[in-house]
Amino acid sequence: MKTISNAKFALETLLTAAGFFTAIMVNLAVPQAAGEKIKDYAAGPVMLDFNALYRYIVAGIILIFLLSGVFAFFDVDRRVKYVRRTPFRFVLGIALALWDILGTKYQVLPMPFFPGPAKIVETFLIEPGFVFENTLYSLRLYAAGFSVGVLFGVGSGILIGWFPKVYYWVAPVLKITGVIPAVAWMPFALTLAPTPFTAAVFLMTMCAWFPIASFTAQGVQSTARAHFEIAKTLGANTAQLVFRVAIPHAMPQIFGGIAMANGFMFTTLVMSEMMGQPGGLGYYIQLSRVWSAYYKVFAAIIIMAVLFSVILSAISAVQSRVLRWQKGLVK
Amino acid sequence: MGAVLEIVSVNRTYSDDKENVVEVFQNLSLSVRRGEFLTFIGSSGCGKTTLLRLIAGLDEPQSGQLLFGGKDIRGTDPNRGYVVQQGGLFPWLTVEKNIAFGLSVRGKQDKGEVARFIKLIGLDGFEKSFPHQISGGMAQRVAIARALINKPELLLLDEPMGALDSFTRADIQDKLLELRKEDELRSAGGTTMILVTHDVDEAIYLSDRIVIMTPRPAKIKCVYEIEIPHPRHRGGAEFLAIRRDILEKLELASAKPQPEYVI
Repeated sequence: MKTISNAKFALETLLTAAGFFTAIMVNLAVPQAAGEKIKDYAAGPVMLDFNALYRYIVAGIILIFLLSGVFAFFDVDRRVKYVRRTPFRFVLGIALALWDILGTKYQVLPMPFFPGPAKIVETFLIEPGFVFENTLYSLRLYAAGFSVGVLFGVGSGILIGWFPKVYYWVAPVLKITGVIPAVAWMPFALTLAPTPFTAAVFLMTMCAWFPIASFTAQGVQSTARAHFEIAKTLGANTAQLVFRVAIPHAMPQIFGGIAMANGFMFTTLVMSEMMGQPGGLGYYIQLSRVWSAYYKVFAAIIIMAVLFSVILSAISAVQSRVLRWQKGLVK
Repeated sequence: MGAVLEIVSVNRTYSDDKENVVEVFQNLSLSVRRGEFLTFIGSSGCGKTTLLRLIAGLDEPQSGQLLFGGKDIRGTDPNRGYVVQQGGLFPWLTVEKNIAFGLSVRGKQDKGEVARFIKLIGLDGFEKSFPHQISGGMAQRVAIARALINKPELLLLDEPMGALDSFTRADIQDKLLELRKEDELRSAGGTTMILVTHDVDEAIYLSDRIVIMTPRPAKIKCVYEIEIPHPRHRGGAEFLAIRRDILEKLELASAKPQPEYVI
């Protein structure tokens, strides 16, 4: 086991923060060379321009790095992990500083397609309420689409896996619809569904169906006969064979299906928002593009990146909790 | 003591891939006494496992009758516990939940009872472990406890020690004898145990009666009453005499003489 001395770890922590600290310094020190009217916005009691907000955000990132450094200090394994990330985080800060110079200060990148980082965060000063509303809309749509998609996928997957008759009639339909990208159903969805929201939920369900249902069915079908027999001799009835044996056995596959479907669902969510929702981050991107406000597009993309990563790590946290019985997953 | 199980001229055939009909048993009859430890022994492929599956209710005979407590065996029953070679523990359940499975599917939660059985098999401290975290011997003890917690009148043991090393095996054999003496389990006139094995020593060490089977179609070759008092000594004169006798019978019982190999 590799160990890292206290002094070296402290140095690595400072180095981690140094890149982003440089970014703050560069933003403060480098003069605004290109002509750009820097507006002040009222943010609560204080006035902020985009450079100030940008610096606050970078400072926030530094704070997170330092706090996680303190957290990692007390654990040998975490120290190693933290130090492994140091070069990447350092270079990321330097890259941000360079981008700031080229994008904001000198504006040598082709505008308006590649705005500087400060310009992008200006979005949150211009219309924080509107961005927040759209983020909430996306979240709500995701929650609805994910729940319906997973329930329908897992439910039908269990039926397909358990009843040979259902398998015979439904599996071919599943296989055929599985190859069709869900957004192809968009014209029908938009005309037939009562609201655009339900249309998008339908599309997300469609795209989640194939991976989740087929993985679930496979998991149920692959349950060892010996496990069913043992359960029967212990007094389990048919319903219990399904819920206490087949479904727990299928859990790894169910989570595999959900992980796969989740990516499709993100795509479908954003696509349907861009093509016919009254709100959402996809809608916001579409709206901003029309006005050539590409910095707002980037802002929406950054929100998506953060949001979707948080969702993914939440799912994998649930997964490792549910599947802690699997060999190799438990330390 | 009356008979807990009556096997009356049971026939069971299988048709293999080529539509050949293979006869597993021919007219098999046997009566199992309440509370006894009965062992079936014979070369592999002699239908011992099929017989246990018939008794467990996982398979049906073509003709003949299996009477458990005077009634025809139809399907499985928690009153007939079944333990297989590789344990078949549910890998997604902890030791505790595996043992509690039989109680909980029948809607009888009883934490105290589960704890008692964990103590009985000496697995205190492993309640929250998952099957892949414990050894093969421990897993087998859990499997036995899982079947016994249902207080079955009959416990079917299909080579439960077959995959274990000899130390662990001896340990579990003693555990089985210990569990038989448990007051709680004796309430129904004692748990009758039927073991299938091809380990002669194991059979003599544990059994009250040993049934020697001939290969397919399986027939009962002969039945031994073992009257050595417990605890039995594996090196004792009586033990060794019976052992030699059984080994001779088994050799006679195999269909063809073993070919001799010259190395």
